[in-house]
Amino acid sequence: MIIANTLADGFVVFLTADNGWTHDIADGAVAETDAAADAMLLTAKQAERDCVVIDPNLIPVEIVDGRPQPTEYREYIRANGPSVPTPS
Amino acid sequence: MYRYDEFDTRLVQERVEQFRRQTGRRLNGEMNEDQFLPLRLMNGVYLQLHAYMLRINVPYGAMRSRQIRQLAHIARTYDKGYGHFTTRQNMQFNWIQLKDVANAQADLAEVEMHCIQSSGNCIRNTTSDQYAGVAKDEIEDPRVYCEIIRQWSTLHPEFSYLPRKFKIAVTGSPNDRAAVALHDIGLRMHLNKNGEPGFEVLVGGGQGRTPFVAKTIRDWLPPEHLLSYLEAILRVYNLDGRRDNKWKARIKILVHQTGTKEFRRLVDTEWDKIRDSALKLPQAEIDRINAYFAPPDYESLDDAGETIAAWRADNANFDAWVRANVAEHKIPGYSIVNISLKSANQPPGDMTAAQMDAFADLADEYSFGELRVNHRQNLVLADVEQLRLRELWEKLRALDLATPNIGRVSDMIVCPGLDYCSLANARSIPIAEEINKRFSDMDRVHDIGELTINISGCMNACGHHHVGHIGILGVDKRGKEFYQFTLGGSSDQTASLGDRTGPGFPADKAVDAVETILNTYIEIRNDGECFLDTYRRAGLAPFKEALYGNP
Repeated sequence: MIIANTLADGFVVFLTADNGWTHDIADGAVAETDAAADAMLLTAKQAERDCVVIDPNLIPVEIVDGRPQPTEYREYIRANGPSVPTPS
Repeated sequence: MYRYDEFDTRLVQERVEQFRRQTGRRLNGEMNEDQFLPLRLMNGVYLQLHAYMLRINVPYGAMRSRQIRQLAHIARTYDKGYGHFTTRQNMQFNWIQLKDVANAQADLAEVEMHCIQSSGNCIRNTTSDQYAGVAKDEIEDPRVYCEIIRQWSTLHPEFSYLPRKFKIAVTGSPNDRAAVALHDIGLRMHLNKNGEPGFEVLVGGGQGRTPFVAKTIRDWLPPEHLLSYLEAILRVYNLDGRRDNKWKARIKILVHQTGTKEFRRLVDTEWDKIRDSALKLPQAEIDRINAYFAPPDYESLDDAGETIAAWRADNANFDAWVRANVAEHKIPGYSIVNISLKSANQPPGDMTAAQMDAFADLADEYSFGELRVNHRQNLVLADVEQLRLRELWEKLRALDLATPNIGRVSDMIVCPGLDYCSLANARSIPIAEEINKRFSDMDRVHDIGELTINISGCMNACGHHHVGHIGILGVDKRGKEFYQFTLGGSSDQTASLGDRTGPGFPADKAVDAVETILNTYIEIRNDGECFLDTYRRAGLAPFKEALYGNP
């Protein structure tokens, strides 16, 4: 999957199948092949040049309970938010 | 406290509007991220793991009540309703949106606050003793010199693009509560043999992946030469500091590689050229700044020790709070109150907007409308009448701000770690939460006694792990979080770097390791020894054996 932050608000987003961006990882596109991943990264880099997102990266994911989830814990936290409750 | 003059006000307002235009150019595509990055950093804006982060300077940790109320407003209006106090006495907001930053900064400017130089390779917020002006052991109020340094270093044209960031700390007391030996420059006031106040100048301290305790390059510097001497140090660093390798660019590396004696010679050579220049501080200017820090209108009070003792005898919880959180004040009838931001209910250093507002009210009611932040991520009400301590304590309890653990096991310095930080390799906050839970029995906490546990989520050491009595460093080991331990660190006037115990522990064993270390201390301590005393007497061996067994 492609993970990035939007330029204007900085929040984490994922590239969708129709080359849009979503905050919900479940709506993000999962590349099944290297070629598909490369194409998605090209799309994301163009979005970066177009000042839509910053710092787009390709990350490995696995499907857990029907939802994609990053396999690396850093990206897991980036995708899901802090692992501790935020003060309220 | 210092009040902005017309120049400060104009400078800050102009900077807000300048950054508003820069942000607009970034958002409409006139600037790319490479061009924008140094500009946003100079205005305190980082991109973290989940969002942008805005760092706001709290000069030398001192605030008025209306300033923390404005921070509450910013938390509520532009963020998620809370903020985080850092080890540099600043505040960070973790969820700020780039499009809102200039508006937030304009709101800050209304209360004489800003984010200028809170990041980037420049001179950062000068930090100081949270007991400044009220400590019994103080020679002179360090805030006066911090403010002079702030004015000199703000937008200093020669030092806006240093090889790396640069941090200065000042203490006016022999008991160092500002960790001055762990800064690029540390200034420690003391009296010379003629009884005149001046500064011991320490250079090249710092933590990160290559930690050093600062070296003294001048035993006694007259205050009138403060700025010329600082300028000389900065000039040597600016010219000779490495710019080819980010990891070797701090002044500590230059001092280490040059040698203290040669570095001193280089500084003195530069200083000779400028010591009697316009940088020489006239006494009238020191007096002018000093007037801003005149003591508040204290009542003439008797010491209330007997009443406090009776209250303490009557209530064990109040007794525990006074023992840990209340410090001696230089004026009879007053006390310094430390407010722990290390309750079990939220991450260390975090404070909700509601707590900030309520705390501002308490500062108005009990401490002349002023408060301080310290480098251990706690707050201070510096001027509380002793006879009002009990009612203040009850109000703090209602806000979850009366945890009686200052200087104890659960009063940890904790960086945001991988829960927020894009540089981190491991999480810090969950380890702190687990320690807080494991050591929730206050009798046990007070039996363990004086202790600092400092936790960092990576080698950058924002959690000061090198100088914790127990330091914990989170690392990534083949895709898993591990925690390495150091023992015997200290950031006070006896500053020392901790010794690494050995291999790290997985996350689910890290707090067991803390318990093993503390059980070992309790087993081998002599009467009256705190953890650091025992470690310095017994060394690493007994702790290593307890952690890893006998090979």
